[in-house]
Amino acid sequence: MTRNKLVFVPVALFAVLFGVAGCKKKSSAPTEATAPPATASPAPTVQLTATPSTIAAGDQVTLSWKTVDATDVSIDGIGKVPTTGVKTVIPSESTTYHLVAQGPGGSAEATARVVVTTPPAVAVPTNTMTAEEEFKANVQDVFFDYDAYDIRSDAQATLSHDASYLAAHPNIKIVIGGYCDERGSDEYNLALGQNRADAAKKALVEAGIAATRIRVISYGKEKPFCTESTEACWQQNRRAGFSIDQ
Amino acid sequence: MSCRRKLAFSLVLSLTSLASPMRAQDWVHAGTNLGNAKIRIAAADFKPATTDPQTPTLKAVFDATLFNDLTNAGLFDMVSKSFSPQASPGSPQEINLAQWAADPANAAMVAFGSLSVANGRIQVYGWLFDTHNTVNPQILGKQYNEVASEEMARTIAHRFADEIIYRLGGGINGIAETKIYFISSRSGSKEVWAMDYDGQNQHQITHLGTISISPRVSPDNTRIAFASLESKGWAIRMYSLEIGRMVTFPGGATGGANQSPSWAPEGNRIAFSSSRSGDPEIWVANLDGSNMHRITFFAGPDVAPTWNPKTGTQIAWVSGRTGLPQIYIMDQEGANIQRMTDGGYAVSPSWSPNGQFLTFSWNRKYGPGAPGGQDIYIMDIASKRWLQLTHDAGNNDFPSWSPDGRHIVFQRKLGTHTEIWTMLSDGTQQQQLTHGGTNMMPNWSWK
Repeated sequence: MTRNKLVFVPVALFAVLFGVAGCKKKSSAPTEATAPPATASPAPTVQLTATPSTIAAGDQVTLSWKTVDATDVSIDGIGKVPTTGVKTVIPSESTTYHLVAQGPGGSAEATARVVVTTPPAVAVPTNTMTAEEEFKANVQDVFFDYDAYDIRSDAQATLSHDASYLAAHPNIKIVIGGYCDERGSDEYNLALGQNRADAAKKALVEAGIAATRIRVISYGKEKPFCTESTEACWQQNRRAGFSIDQ
Repeated sequence: MSCRRKLAFSLVLSLTSLASPMRAQDWVHAGTNLGNAKIRIAAADFKPATTDPQTPTLKAVFDATLFNDLTNAGLFDMVSKSFSPQASPGSPQEINLAQWAADPANAAMVAFGSLSVANGRIQVYGWLFDTHNTVNPQILGKQYNEVASEEMARTIAHRFADEIIYRLGGGINGIAETKIYFISSRSGSKEVWAMDYDGQNQHQITHLGTISISPRVSPDNTRIAFASLESKGWAIRMYSLEIGRMVTFPGGATGGANQSPSWAPEGNRIAFSSSRSGDPEIWVANLDGSNMHRITFFAGPDVAPTWNPKTGTQIAWVSGRTGLPQIYIMDQEGANIQRMTDGGYAVSPSWSPNGQFLTFSWNRKYGPGAPGGQDIYIMDIASKRWLQLTHDAGNNDFPSWSPDGRHIVFQRKLGTHTEIWTMLSDGTQQQQLTHGGTNMMPNWSWK
């Protein structure tokens, strides 16, 4: 909220300055215009709306305005515009659009405020967690028995949790890496790693995640998580690992 | 019966003699030369025929290479240099055959000659004489003239050694001029490297900066097919040894893991493992990527195809369809599947040049907590009888036959170090070719 206020101040200042500059021009016009005989022209009436009035950064806003008895219409920051019109703008910060209409009978103005909300990723309460970290915390790797690529029962639970996070974050695409322990042949393990990654992919797809969001790469025993020749380390390396597809 | 047939026959015999009750026995001494006395041969130091300053260096390289090649051939009982007469006969007129035939040399054959360097050229005259045939002792007389360099001194020695091996080894071409392609991480990433068959002249071929594995050289020595990790996954890639750069293999990167390429003996087709259908299966395609078709249809890993180099109509490969990986063979259309190994963990088959044998890596006691070792075996395809070649020495994998069928190159991991070794195809004369870094997945050139 503080940020919005801070932003508003310079915008308001800018509008005031601009308004003053406009007024100067305007004030000189009437001095000349007062000379001709008054023809009882009505003062202009104006209407300005911005829809929607609240958006997320990057979204579009439609400005539409109508004027009556105006000859010269301008919007601050946009410039001269037709007397009646529609325009699409993409404000990056909260903005007050200020329209000034002049006509033979005088001038009128109108404003419309658009509030730009900050993107949800930044609004996550724990400010220290990046999108990557949040992904890692929620989408956990699954592990396999030796020389096997079928999903174990403990991995089923992990995968359904992974799937629910992915379902809630439909914009995230993922890579599944297939990994194997150091024992056995490099070539056979590359194929086995592929089977492991594919098994994890299949489980996610069955849980409703679009296959187009998932890419699969086997690393075999090329990129181990640990290098000790112990069963604990081997288990660490027999996995399907998830990461965000950048 | 020719020597070649005799060799093959004695190998079959030694395998046949391993009747079923003996299978449990790990240490069996058998080999390609049982019952054949090796020919005792001496390689004299060549005579320096010029005083050019390069002469001593090049002569030292030549002498060492010739002796080494004849030793490596596995056909000869070499007369050690310390048992040889001190003489360096430079021509047939200068040799005293009786001296070489007598104790302690006792040589049946002697290789000798002269080496000279002049005007930037190296000239070698080499002879092979039968010490017991005083009337007509000459078996071989050769002359070589090349640019003077250590590399050419080595090459001439290889050529002369191969002539001797061809003449005395039953008409099978020697392997002294063959190459071994392999993967090394010495540059910081796993790249394709090459070396001479004896470990000399090790040099880097690819500079891709990713992970490359499974190099296989084409039968005509013009291309290397291998697998590389690209951003989208594993792709079969090709390097042209003729133009010194990467060339395309259309379809080699399609969908999922593409790996473990193998050349058909005519050099016009590639078999490899691809998971493009959703499961790693064996696929075959022409060199231009056309006629891409799948030949295996089972769930589970199918990898590491190798063609029968004799017929070009059969493929051996590794399949995990029943659980642990086993060696199978099939027709190139995928029919007539036969399982070759009866258990354990069997991978990385290579088919012998004569089509009769497979060599592969096998851990017969594989399992959680099992004390088994991963060793190199050969198997007679017709009888499925096998012979263990390595024992109690690290984890051994990726055996590849030499073109003469008498040698096998393989990788051995001792502790954390993986290095490349060669041995005779009976498991003897094991020697380490690489030292330092990780060196793996050797592939012996076809000629």
